Amino acid sequence: MPKKNSMRSIFLNGVLTENPTFRLVLGTCPAIAVTTNAMNGVGMGIATTFVLLGSNIVISMLRNFIPNKVRIPAFVVVICTFVTIIQLMMQAFVPALYDALGIFLPLIVVNCIILARAEAFACKNGVLASAVDGLGMGVGFTLALILIGGIREVLGAGTFLGMNVLGAGFEPVLLMILPPGGFIVYGLALGIINAIGNRRSKVTAAGKEGVQA
Amino acid sequence: MKLRVAAAPHLVTRESTRMLMLDVLIALLPTTAAGIYLFGLRAAWVLCASVVAAVVSEFLWQKLMKRPVRVGDLSAVVTGLILGLNLPSTVPLWIPVLGSAMAIILVKELFGGIGHNFMNPAMFARAFLLASFPARMIVFALPERLLGASQALSGVDAVASATPLVMQGNWSYMDLLLGNIPGTIGEVSKIAILIGFLYLLFVGTIRWEIPVLFAGSTALLSWIVGADPLAAVLSGGVLFGAVFMATDYATSPVYTAGKCIYAIGCGIMVVVIRQYGNYPEGVTFAILLMNCVTPLLDRFTVRRVYGTVKKHA
Repeated sequence: MPKKNSMRSIFLNGVLTENPTFRLVLGTCPAIAVTTNAMNGVGMGIATTFVLLGSNIVISMLRNFIPNKVRIPAFVVVICTFVTIIQLMMQAFVPALYDALGIFLPLIVVNCIILARAEAFACKNGVLASAVDGLGMGVGFTLALILIGGIREVLGAGTFLGMNVLGAGFEPVLLMILPPGGFIVYGLALGIINAIGNRRSKVTAAGKEGVQA
Repeated sequence: MKLRVAAAPHLVTRESTRMLMLDVLIALLPTTAAGIYLFGLRAAWVLCASVVAAVVSEFLWQKLMKRPVRVGDLSAVVTGLILGLNLPSTVPLWIPVLGSAMAIILVKELFGGIGHNFMNPAMFARAFLLASFPARMIVFALPERLLGASQALSGVDAVASATPLVMQGNWSYMDLLLGNIPGTIGEVSKIAILIGFLYLLFVGTIRWEIPVLFAGSTALLSWIVGADPLAAVLSGGVLFGAVFMATDYATSPVYTAGKCIYAIGCGIMVVVIRQYGNYPEGVTFAILLMNCVTPLLDRFTVRRVYGTVKKHA
């Protein structure tokens, strides 16, 4: 599938067409658990993007050496390596974010987006294409987390990235930064984005039919 | 003589969604009246805001989504009124408005409208408001006027106070029964709730299993863990929840066996949350939890169709 595609379409595939959070519905656990504010979304997104990029590159390079039968353990070892690197880096340089993300940082190891891209893309494609795919998926994931985290932070705390945006008269809807708020916002965002996507594809299909007729 | 030719069924009942909802509204009348009498005009405003917001949000949503407008079936009025009766009379008016809108749009309409909601909309709205604005939702006023004989509260206008669940032993059974206690608008007057219950039983809108077993299991379990069983049923929202909220058709089991398990589950959850949880009252969460189990209960308690052989697992 992706052989003929240009790098640009591989990148946009990750951000829009197959957005891991809203189209593939992968990695929903961090998408609900850590998105209590937009900054957590940025941090989690960057960490995941780093791991995706690194693991996609390395797995793509090793794809001809990894025996098919043990490929999953081999992928996991590669992914673990990058997760450990980002975990130690964040602990050293952004300890506040490291504390906020907590257990979900080491849990990037079992994030299905990363394993899915290794299995579905990196082990079948060249290094450059895999790197672009990892970057696209990572950016798509980051944008989704910022969207969910932003909505929850604005409604649940009245702030965005720590800045007060809704004024003093606004009474924060605490539920939005509690776990149920994560499910509610994620569900609504998923529904709205897919409704828009479906309508657009229907319009395109109708348009094509019109041309053919 | 006029003869009409029509296909079966020929037995026509007056039953329709609108009639059922009207019966529920009639049953809620004593409770509403008692709430307004006890807590004053303020309570009327809260109920008004909640009902109007529920109807308006259903109307606007159905217009917006180009669905048939079904405000006329009165179900939104019932949802709004029950939510309002679940709020303290002290809340600012935007709280019932927000709650009703969430109940109707998020829980009812998004899941497909009336009959398709997987949990009780009014209960969800109360849980939502309780988790979102805890400071506003637990300010209960003492009743302005009192019913019957009671302790002297003269010289005081309205005092924010804890419910009898927090301050046990301050109220007599008579006060608990009549509603001379702080609490939400609808839950305080047990007499009014019982009148509504008897009306609903009489017209056949609800069956006795859920309310009786809900209250009974709460009393029994409270007695087992060492609390006063009568006070456990009469304080807080057990009776109101058991009669008007746990019996919601869409979110309670269809079969009798399922109804019994559901009601006893509600009672167990109420006592567990009250005795061991962070919240003083657990009726809302108990009903919401059992709402989520309802589809499973319906599947487990399906009755054998007459004439078929019992399936062996």
